[in-house]
Amino acid sequence: MKPAPFAYCRPATLADALDTLARHADARILAGGQSLMPALNMRLAQPGVLVDINRLPGLDGIHAGPEGLVIGALARHEAVLRSPLVVRHAPLIAQAMPHVAHLALRTRGTVGGSLALADPAAELPACAVALDAVLRVARRGGERAVPAAAFFRGIYTTALEPGEILTAVVVPPPAPGWRDRFGELARRHGDYALVAVAARCRLEGGRVAESRLVLAGVGLTPVRARRGEAALAGRPLDSAVIAEAGRALAAEIDPPSDVHASAALRRHLARVLAERTLATLATERG
Amino acid sequence: MADAPLRIPEADSYIGKSPVRPQARRLLDGRGSFTDDVRLPRMLHVAFLRSPHAHARIVSLDAAAARGLPGVVRVVTGKDLAGVCAGWVGTLAHFQGMKSAMQHPLARGRATWQGEPVAAVVAETRALAEDGVARLAVEWAPLPVVIDAETALDPATPVIHPDLGDNLAFSLELASGDAARAFAEADHVVRDTFWMGRHTGVTLEPRSIVAAFDPSERRLTVYHSFQAPNMMQDVLARHLGLPESHVRVICPDVGGSFGIKVHIYPDEMATCAISVLLGRPVKFVADRLESFQSDIHARDHRVTAELALRRDGTMLGMRVDDLTGIGPYSVYPRTSAVEGNQTVRLTPGVYRFRDYAARLRVVFQNKTPMCQYRAVGHPIAFAVMEAMVDRAARELGLDPVEVRRRNYVTADMYPCTSQTGYFFERLSHEECLDKLLALSDYRARCAERDRLRAEGVYRGLGLCAFIELTTPGPAFYGVGGARISSQDGCTLKLEPGGGVTCTTGVTEQGQGTDAMLAQVVATAVGVPMEQVRVLTGDTLVSPYGGGTWASRGAGIGGEAALQSGKALKGNILRVAGAMLSCEPDDLDLRRGKIVDAVTGEVRLDLAELGRVAYFRPDTLPKDFQSELTVTRHYVPRHQGFAFTNGIQLAHVEVDTGTGFVRLLGHWAVEDCGRIINPRLVDEQLRGAIVQGIGAALYEHCVYDDAGQLLTGTMADYLVPMAAEMPDIVVGHVETPTAYAEGGFKGAGEAGTAGAPGAVLNAVNDALAPLGARVTRQPITPEVVLRALGALP
Amino acid sequence: MDVRPETEMAITLTVNGVAVRRRVEARRTLVDFLREDLELTGSHVGCEHGVCGACTVKVDGALARGCLTLAVQCDGSRVETIEGVTASGELDDLKTAFAETNGLQCGFCTPAMLLTADVLLRDDPGLDADGIRRGLSGNYCRCTGYHAIVEAVLAAARLRREARRG
Repeated sequence: MKPAPFAYCRPATLADALDTLARHADARILAGGQSLMPALNMRLAQPGVLVDINRLPGLDGIHAGPEGLVIGALARHEAVLRSPLVVRHAPLIAQAMPHVAHLALRTRGTVGGSLALADPAAELPACAVALDAVLRVARRGGERAVPAAAFFRGIYTTALEPGEILTAVVVPPPAPGWRDRFGELARRHGDYALVAVAARCRLEGGRVAESRLVLAGVGLTPVRARRGEAALAGRPLDSAVIAEAGRALAAEIDPPSDVHASAALRRHLARVLAERTLATLATERG
Repeated sequence: MADAPLRIPEADSYIGKSPVRPQARRLLDGRGSFTDDVRLPRMLHVAFLRSPHAHARIVSLDAAAARGLPGVVRVVTGKDLAGVCAGWVGTLAHFQGMKSAMQHPLARGRATWQGEPVAAVVAETRALAEDGVARLAVEWAPLPVVIDAETALDPATPVIHPDLGDNLAFSLELASGDAARAFAEADHVVRDTFWMGRHTGVTLEPRSIVAAFDPSERRLTVYHSFQAPNMMQDVLARHLGLPESHVRVICPDVGGSFGIKVHIYPDEMATCAISVLLGRPVKFVADRLESFQSDIHARDHRVTAELALRRDGTMLGMRVDDLTGIGPYSVYPRTSAVEGNQTVRLTPGVYRFRDYAARLRVVFQNKTPMCQYRAVGHPIAFAVMEAMVDRAARELGLDPVEVRRRNYVTADMYPCTSQTGYFFERLSHEECLDKLLALSDYRARCAERDRLRAEGVYRGLGLCAFIELTTPGPAFYGVGGARISSQDGCTLKLEPGGGVTCTTGVTEQGQGTDAMLAQVVATAVGVPMEQVRVLTGDTLVSPYGGGTWASRGAGIGGEAALQSGKALKGNILRVAGAMLSCEPDDLDLRRGKIVDAVTGEVRLDLAELGRVAYFRPDTLPKDFQSELTVTRHYVPRHQGFAFTNGIQLAHVEVDTGTGFVRLLGHWAVEDCGRIINPRLVDEQLRGAIVQGIGAALYEHCVYDDAGQLLTGTMADYLVPMAAEMPDIVVGHVETPTAYAEGGFKGAGEAGTAGAPGAVLNAVNDALAPLGARVTRQPITPEVVLRALGALP
Repeated sequence: MDVRPETEMAITLTVNGVAVRRRVEARRTLVDFLREDLELTGSHVGCEHGVCGACTVKVDGALARGCLTLAVQCDGSRVETIEGVTASGELDDLKTAFAETNGLQCGFCTPAMLLTADVLLRDDPGLDADGIRRGLSGNYCRCTGYHAIVEAVLAAARLRREARRG
């Protein structure tokens, strides 16, 4: 399967990249290419122009500042997986990264690419929502910030407008007491998740003061299981409470059916995975 | 002396040893030469327009835009090939009543499966050819689809080929003894229905072919990733109207085949026909999307089985009803009836009960054509049989091992003929079972399984005994009218420097034909293995033979090599006798040196003998002629197949919360006769077992109600990858065949024959305490959870 | 600056230590460029979706899927293929181990398997069987069933650890 013909450029600055995108309506951004290239090879995508942003300076850094952990959009998955800063400031992401594809894909694939692709079964979008991350978006004439919860609009659909480029994801510093646990069920190591859970709980006096239960693979976007979270609120993380949260979560989601799993299977797996993930989270030291 | 049986001192024999494969270094260095690596001057590339519909009339096809694209050389339709390539029908005379419609390289007027090639664009590059295909404007009129085997024969279901009258390709009824009486007398009957999922080969190197027609001599040279070059040569000659001697088929390195690459494909025939049309080389490489849609599929069966037993576990009789849904054509030339035929004939073969009745129906559907794929029919036969055995044991409260032992065909019964007419020279079921139990520490694992159940951990152990048909004789295909060779040949040439060049009609796809034959030849001739070079896969150079299929390489190719080696040795010693003025019988050839047969004293170097024979025959007696190139052929005549046998054990843990099955370990003990290279046999078993595991847990060609293939990419069709596969422990028993001097039988498919049954039984063993049972493959989490009643 | 997208461009890169300059279509993948333009046929095409791993090479020192990388993206980059590591001999210990365990049969997955295994061992010399299986889980092999490959990589790992100690 060879791609349909396209024109290619590799701008040296962000401004040039934004200008090029503005000039060509049928342009697509090429970052890691690990999702775009298969689509091009299969002719599922046939852009007239590819704008290669891999050489744009300053977008691949990972650093911690007062605003939180800033992961540049061009940071490669493998760099994020190995980063001690990510382990310290966003352990949820650190736990998710080994599930992302395989080494040869992680060396090229980017955080920004995964977030902008918005595959409902991907790990990073669910983590971003669970961490209340903020996505920085560059456009001609400025920058804007979009909270993760508002960023993912539908399957392969985000708040990015034509001509915009994601530049970073910022994970705000968590208040003390948060515990994070990521869990995933996939038929084979490295596959897209059948279901995945990004679970976070902040405990006060042994009770859940706040939580985030965000699921991948059960909807058109990452799904925040608010009723599951509500079942946990103000209660200890014991098995009865966890079971109730699991039931509430299973009832509130509306998963799709596809060749990999029926809706009934996804619903069941989501419940089981959420319960197990919360059970593990409960045993962790904060 | 050349006719005497081989007596080689153990130290000089390579039989039973595991030297490294001669080809390994080349492949490790990245110097493999696969068909897509072949580049010829003025070579063009072809891409195909394939039907997006499972069944549709081609109303119109406008190629103007495609033709106008720079770089596009020709657009070819079925009509253009009508005068170039004759169509074919995939039936064989010995499958009585079998019928199939004529098939052409490009569909004419109507496409009957999604993926069927309809038009071809020939261009300077593959990318340009695809650009051309994208510019073809086709109008389709979709037709009703037949995609459910269960209703394919209903009167209300459309008939795909009206001229054939119905959608029945083939049917068969078998009866041995009196099954009705067995069931009437039984204390216990088990009955189950099994659904075996359609799946496919997914060879890593896709199907690839380069066809180069030279119009000046009307000669066609084809480079083909294929298993049977002489068969392809024959088919091309007949269907393209060329003399057989004008067609040369060369199989370069083949990146896996497993039966996928032994069939006739319309796109490959079209490629060859297009080369004839254009008088230029044309290359076709199936891309992965095309592979899923157009490589042959296999194993789409629904089997209902009943087993009648006495209370003590003695099996009395069995009935089997097998319904298999193939594609709209029976595949040429081996036919799509073989898989079903083998399924119903193999099922009872391990056990001694005589009362057996079976019915087979093979029906046409608007899906990808189906045909022989590694272990043809065996995996289904033994998954069914062994699942019934385990179920019966459980219901009767008996040990599954003892039920098998009680019912095996035992050592004292051979030679014998199975319920369905298969001849067994001698098998070793009991020995293999005993060895497997010891190798796997079976009883201890059962105890551990029982202990863990109390803790809510559900592990299971599953046995699967099997037989495997190997080294087939002419009754397999030849008697049905197929020009498929069951005989094979080996030519050995002594080079002047002392090397031995071996050409053979069996072929190489990675199983180690190179090593296996080098070992046999080196042993039979008496030279170090490093001095033997094996060449395969060129119809111009190799003796006429059958290639690779039905695990025939060692049993047939190895035997031909053995006889040829003995003959060459005899001729070498005759030359040596002439040179040394003594009797050839007083000499021997060991490790490349002519020695005194009694004392072992070195008399002559082989290179010296070569020099004299080839360059200084003036120094030999006047009436002496050296004959240092020898060919011997071999075809098995005394038995239809050299049956082998074995038994496998799968150890699994089922997560009853998620339905996921984790493979903890796998064991196999197999008897493939005299083993030439134990490591190669072990590795064939391991690779074959993992293919079987793929079918048991992961692989499935899934269609929607419109006949659209839903699992058409590597993301949707799941193949086994390293992280989920178990370590595989292999053991052997050796029962050589007495019908061939080497005693070699085949081993290539045994792993796949028994693995799905072992995994199925292990999963059911794990689920048994929960009252759940699965009878379909692949065993996905959904299948497990539904069996547990965990899904609404 | 006016950035003009081109359908074809000249690229300069280093392949196996040798400077290469060619004119390529923008849509040409790296693996097709290596195989067709440079006739380095040791890297193989198995799926063009990035899943099977047969096209794996190294770009700027890191593993990359040749089917998911455009040749034009490699302008200015350093590419290494099986031909390069064969010439340098740096994977000979792994190759010997593969030969001895018969960790290859048809050889189609082998160059990529070797390059990947080597990187895994460089990253973690103490990798155990489970780690090897996970690390190689992006490389499809249909022939071996993986067991002999894992044994080969374990054997090579042991040798490398001993060599470092000695």
